[in-house]
Amino acid sequence: MPGIKDRVAILGVGCTKFGERWEMDAEDLLVDAVYEAYDDAGVERDDIDAAWVGTLYNGSGITGCAVADPLKWFGKPATRVENACATGMEAFRNACFAVASGVYDTVLACGVEKILDAGSRGLPGVGEMGHPVIGGGVSAPGMFAMMATRCFKDYGWEKEDLARVAVKNHFNGAKHPKAHFRKEITVDDVMKAPIIAWPLGRFDCCAISDGSAAVIVTTPEKAKKYKHKDDFVVTKSNVISVHTMMPMYQPGYEFLGFPATQDGSKVAYAEAGIKDPKKEIGFAEVHDCFMISELLHYQDLGFCGKGEGASYLKDGFFNIDGDIPVNPSGGLKCFGHPIGATGCRMIYEVTKQLQGRADGHQVENPEHKYGLAYNLGGVGSICSISILGMP
Amino acid sequence: MVGITSYGAYIPGYSLGRDVIAKAWDFPSAPGGKVVAGMDEDSATMAVEAGLDCLTGIDPKTVDGLFFATTTAPYKEKQSSSLIAAALDMRKDIVTADFTDSLKGGTTAMRAAFDAIKSGSANSILVTAADCRLPEPETMYEYQFGDGGAALLIGGNGVAVDIKGFHSISDEFTGPWRAEDDSFVREFEVKHDALYGYSKNVSESVMGLTKKYGLDLKDFSKVVFYAPDPRTQGKLAARIGFDRKQVQDSMFMSIGNTGTPLCLMMLVSALERAKTGDKLLLASYGDGSDAFYLEVTEENENVRKNMRGIKGHMKGIRKIESYGKYLRFRQLLERDRFSPYSSTVTYWRDRDAEIPLYGGKCTNCGLIQYPKGRVCWNCKGKDTQEDIKLPRKAKIYTYTLDHLVGGDYLETPVPRIVVEFENGCRAFFEMTDCEPDEVEIDMEVELAFRRLHEGGGFHNYYWKCRPVRG
Repeated sequence: MPGIKDRVAILGVGCTKFGERWEMDAEDLLVDAVYEAYDDAGVERDDIDAAWVGTLYNGSGITGCAVADPLKWFGKPATRVENACATGMEAFRNACFAVASGVYDTVLACGVEKILDAGSRGLPGVGEMGHPVIGGGVSAPGMFAMMATRCFKDYGWEKEDLARVAVKNHFNGAKHPKAHFRKEITVDDVMKAPIIAWPLGRFDCCAISDGSAAVIVTTPEKAKKYKHKDDFVVTKSNVISVHTMMPMYQPGYEFLGFPATQDGSKVAYAEAGIKDPKKEIGFAEVHDCFMISELLHYQDLGFCGKGEGASYLKDGFFNIDGDIPVNPSGGLKCFGHPIGATGCRMIYEVTKQLQGRADGHQVENPEHKYGLAYNLGGVGSICSISILGMP
Repeated sequence: MVGITSYGAYIPGYSLGRDVIAKAWDFPSAPGGKVVAGMDEDSATMAVEAGLDCLTGIDPKTVDGLFFATTTAPYKEKQSSSLIAAALDMRKDIVTADFTDSLKGGTTAMRAAFDAIKSGSANSILVTAADCRLPEPETMYEYQFGDGGAALLIGGNGVAVDIKGFHSISDEFTGPWRAEDDSFVREFEVKHDALYGYSKNVSESVMGLTKKYGLDLKDFSKVVFYAPDPRTQGKLAARIGFDRKQVQDSMFMSIGNTGTPLCLMMLVSALERAKTGDKLLLASYGDGSDAFYLEVTEENENVRKNMRGIKGHMKGIRKIESYGKYLRFRQLLERDRFSPYSSTVTYWRDRDAEIPLYGGKCTNCGLIQYPKGRVCWNCKGKDTQEDIKLPRKAKIYTYTLDHLVGGDYLETPVPRIVVEFENGCRAFFEMTDCEPDEVEIDMEVELAFRRLHEGGGFHNYYWKCRPVRG
């Protein structure tokens, strides 16, 4: 298998401010993100050969028209994708394959989600389907909370360990102009917050937000003719690993990590030629939908051993000035999680970091190492990893 | 000999002190309390519980029929006994029938079961009775009505209580009633009912019985009468000529008047203490009366060891501390109701996984899994799984206390748990009948059949877990 390594270049990226965008609908958000990406890439609408758009909720747009209609970009190949919370990166992944296959030159990947029209009290349901009684009822925080409960028992972690993830991400996000929340918090703030699903409190969960992000990709050869000809970044790996949506019924499942991520990261490192992720990954944007998730990601991504996530974090290993800065943007904790947009936002972040354009939250010397973006879908069911680097 | 070969009961896990009701309405206080069914319970789920208790150690596939007596059937059109039989994992080639609309339905079902066995059309029939009658707030009935269920297995082998005879009375009498559109039980004149309904009907059936079988009132070691309240019951016993010591306690102080199952629950309670050779009299009331002449055999000693019955269920009943919580228990507050998506088609297709709670056992690698899938979790064998009934107890593997819930719940947060059965099978349930802070990893839980929601406009029944009861 030739793989995706060095075969796709990022031409430009765009991202709206994430947050409670009451005055904007999905069309407004998507247009803002995509036009920012056009500008950043130095391309025009008609330069785009094909597009992939990610939305989870039908209200944010269905079919390829979810991107064609807002842009009034008609007669071209456009496809909507969905892979639960990993939907955004699914759009990017497909766009990369379209370029690598040689079928298209310049391809748009974008994602958008307009959630707050359904109110801010948790994620809306995904429609009139599903089983009447089996497996029903649990909220997203509830599902991840069951991981935390088991980690407390088996790893001896405590609520304070989760709180430190939120404190770190808020420290970073406070400096990001596009973040939903731009405020530093303390462990005490986290501990005092109301409980959403024990043991997860309000600060242990990411927020409900609106937003959109877009990425334009082409081949490295063609990228040399565009605006970022001297500093474009390329894909080193692009991997998805899918496990179960029903982990609570899986006999023997430990609830101490995400098998999708354990499998996916191995494949991703192999594709990129990474032997020691702890040394070769410079920084990472990971899916901190809940703070317990991020603690487990450290382990599942091979940044530390099983059960060591909390102590590595406490030692500053994942701080913005640490060995592997994780979520220098502030992550989902500060951006919220407009489902379809998040994966594309991660690519936006990693690209800008590698190019040294992350004003205020720039990690040091990113260009010597790899940047990792990791979008998680379902109840730890779907792991989507993109590793980016300089050519 | 045809008689009762096993028996069981169910009492919901919460009780409301009559002092709490008195406080809510500024009424004079009354002693004791009444047991109240949870928001996710109804007469059918309570009948399942009583049935499970009665069938402890008995293969449900050996039973040839199920009767269900109630005045509070969950459906006006659609049988409940078929649901109860399915939840008890009984065979399909059985007879099921609902005996509804009269408080004497339980004894009438008993008589019908006796006749079926006597005639040879069935070897054993499970008679269940349960009621969840809604009293109007701020009335005497609110003090009186409790909820519960009872079950008797009627058969010819291993008889613990010989049914030696019976006598029935039918009477057109308007005592308590609920018309088509009434939510609450109504009554026009209690004193008139006590004298000309209850007392007259029950004495007629009892006197008819004793005359028919040449019995003396003193022959009975216990007389088990339906009792609207202890005072009315005492007056009736005196009027017939029974000694106070003969009268079986109606459990009014601890449970309340449970309606249809009451006299059967009292019978179970009597059998928990009865001696071999004791003669018992059982009499119901409602649009007439059925009286039974019963005799306890030595088999009763073995039967009563197996089940929780009344004694076992009375242990560890929790108190409802406020009247507001009681209103929530009985859904007496007007509020927006949330109905999740449902489909009778999906519910029907997966009925074995939902109602009798079957999983799959892989014939290739042996892994037990729930719900049964086409491909095995472990060996990936296709269509290798055969049905396996899941055990009734499990341990909590992990949990959350979820505040972010859509729907009607008695308690928030809702404890949601991943359980592991002894055979390694995993499943995911809600907890009920517990305080959220009791929940912990490795806690032993037992499955309870409950009404989950009203999605699609029908009752979506499924299993939940609760702390193991005494």
